[in-house]
Amino acid sequence: MSTITSKAGSSTSTFKPSKQSKPPRLKPARPVWDEEPGAAAKAGKLIVLAVVVLAVLGPLYTIVLTSISSQATITQAGGLVLVPGEISFAAYQQILNGGVVTRAVLVSVGVTATGTALSMVVSILCAYGLSRPGSFAHTPILFTLLITMFFSAGIIPSYLLVSGLGLINTYWALILPSCISVFNIIILRGFFMGIDRGILDSARIDGASEWRTLTQIVLPMSKAVTAVIALFYGVGYWNAFFNAVLYINDSAMNPLQVVLRSYVLQGVSVPGQVDVGTGAAAGPALQMAVIVLAMVPILIVYPFVQKHFTKGVMIGAVKG
Amino acid sequence: MITGIERKAPAPLQDGAGTRTDEALPPGTTAGRSSRVGRRAAGGAAAVPPRSRGNLRLRFKRDRSLVLMALPAVILLGVFAYLPMLGNVVAFQDYSPYVGIPESPWVGTDNFARVLADADFWHAVKNTLVITAFQLVFFFPIPIALAMLLNSLVNPRLRAAVQAVVYLPHFFSWVLVVSVFQQIFGGAGLLNQSLRANGWQAMDIMTNPDTFLFLLTSQAVWKDAGWGIIVFLAALSAIDPAQYEAAAVDGAGRWKRLWHVTLPGLRSVIVLLLILRLGDSLTVGFEQMILQRDAVGAEASEVLDTFVYYTGVQNGDWSYAAAAGLIKGLVSLALILTANKVAHIFGESGVYSK
Repeated sequence: MSTITSKAGSSTSTFKPSKQSKPPRLKPARPVWDEEPGAAAKAGKLIVLAVVVLAVLGPLYTIVLTSISSQATITQAGGLVLVPGEISFAAYQQILNGGVVTRAVLVSVGVTATGTALSMVVSILCAYGLSRPGSFAHTPILFTLLITMFFSAGIIPSYLLVSGLGLINTYWALILPSCISVFNIIILRGFFMGIDRGILDSARIDGASEWRTLTQIVLPMSKAVTAVIALFYGVGYWNAFFNAVLYINDSAMNPLQVVLRSYVLQGVSVPGQVDVGTGAAAGPALQMAVIVLAMVPILIVYPFVQKHFTKGVMIGAVKG
Repeated sequence: MITGIERKAPAPLQDGAGTRTDEALPPGTTAGRSSRVGRRAAGGAAAVPPRSRGNLRLRFKRDRSLVLMALPAVILLGVFAYLPMLGNVVAFQDYSPYVGIPESPWVGTDNFARVLADADFWHAVKNTLVITAFQLVFFFPIPIALAMLLNSLVNPRLRAAVQAVVYLPHFFSWVLVVSVFQQIFGGAGLLNQSLRANGWQAMDIMTNPDTFLFLLTSQAVWKDAGWGIIVFLAALSAIDPAQYEAAAVDGAGRWKRLWHVTLPGLRSVIVLLLILRLGDSLTVGFEQMILQRDAVGAEASEVLDTFVYYTGVQNGDWSYAAAAGLIKGLVSLALILTANKVAHIFGESGVYSK
């Protein structure tokens, strides 16, 4: 078989059709040299894919459905609901009525919004500042960043630092220690470095400062990659759990993830959970509603950003 | 870091290497200088990567806004990444939070000796390595296989739809993932609910320490195997279709093409991710462990990170925990450097280049 690979290798240099330039609307065509797979192979592939997709979406489906099912439907199903029955939003009304969960949602939203904004400003500035190899102190700064990817200080000194700075039981403890991800900065930097030099030069010749070039030329050209990085940061803040366990002792300041853990994994009963028959939402519905609240923001933002993943992430990675 | 995904890609650390070769040129010769000036005139002042050494002040003046832009990130890293590195000195002290680092007595390497003689520490190390090894076998290949499967789909819309679905769980928190597993496989979960409804015995999945390894791995697969595809898909799309065509013309069937074209095309990415995973051998599912410690017990769920956390933050044995954490950090660093070296020996580019 070695002959085949070597021949294939030599043909590469002369002939390079680009696979990507195909317009998406065109009916997909199998290349002429590719034999049509047999029916069994095709069916096998589809079954595997169906199982994979079902494994992801199935649990989410039953959890969402149970959270909006009435007490009677849940009792009838004996727990999680698979077939839609009577729909009721009592669970959401109950937990969003100003209790612990409502508070936790507000904390999480606040920390996520503030943190993401701060992270994005710092990261974009840093990525742009490092996007020109050969500029003053470029290499030392880049190394300062990269070293932290290979060696991290550890839990104990980090805790001692945050407590030494007096940040225990403040929301800053949930933001500042995780404010920048070097990985994200490198992706942004890779994208900025790929922007046509000529455009930036012409801006400079026209008298634009670096700040103006960044805000009025570079950023508008980098919407996709900034959206992806903002999603990464936002998801990071929204999902942060251990930071809160470590740095927050005041239960009134707990973000949603910590509350989710105590209600669903530690068996603390959700406030307002009443015995069967009083017309209030059922225990399972309340638990599911907390789970759903924890994933809703992700489900809302995800579809808009998802399509940029390959483009935004991979361009950054390849050019890194 | 992420570079090396494409073998041709210039790694960030190569910038450093590039600088060094540049500076190895005979410095200050008129020829060198004039060529630099020439390039500079052609490319515009700041656009020229080679540096005009000897005029640091001029370069600083030219680039000061760039440096200023990078500054906030550097300060944040300085405070929250580099200061804690220095904070590791508590590992050589008998640290007490009441007197602080400056006043705490120095004890040399006593803490390290204690850690290395501690059976609990070695138990945590063993658990960590077993989990890493298990996931290397049962997690690592799944994204590769899924990526090849997706890549073989001809219909781009079906492909995009499947991708959108399998990436999703990556964005859920561990609390959420464990909660979802609890609802499906827990004592009162969907599975046991239907087992009981059909008159069978309920299964104990979420709280059984003996099968915890499988549980951990399936949670990791559910959350991250889909996301893992993305890198492999990028590498697959970088394979020149002409190679497949040539192979097919030469009579290679589907499987032979997979073996001789697809897998070699993925090789450098696989090596890169393997290095990263090996360098991270001592880090396994910290949040996963903390979340399920109550359910399966400390025996099965104690890994290095949880060992550090519970002895330090929970039991207040700060110096001891810091020593264990420092050992972990240094060994991890050594692992990633070694793995990278091995990759170089085998002619792969690894995480960074020399």
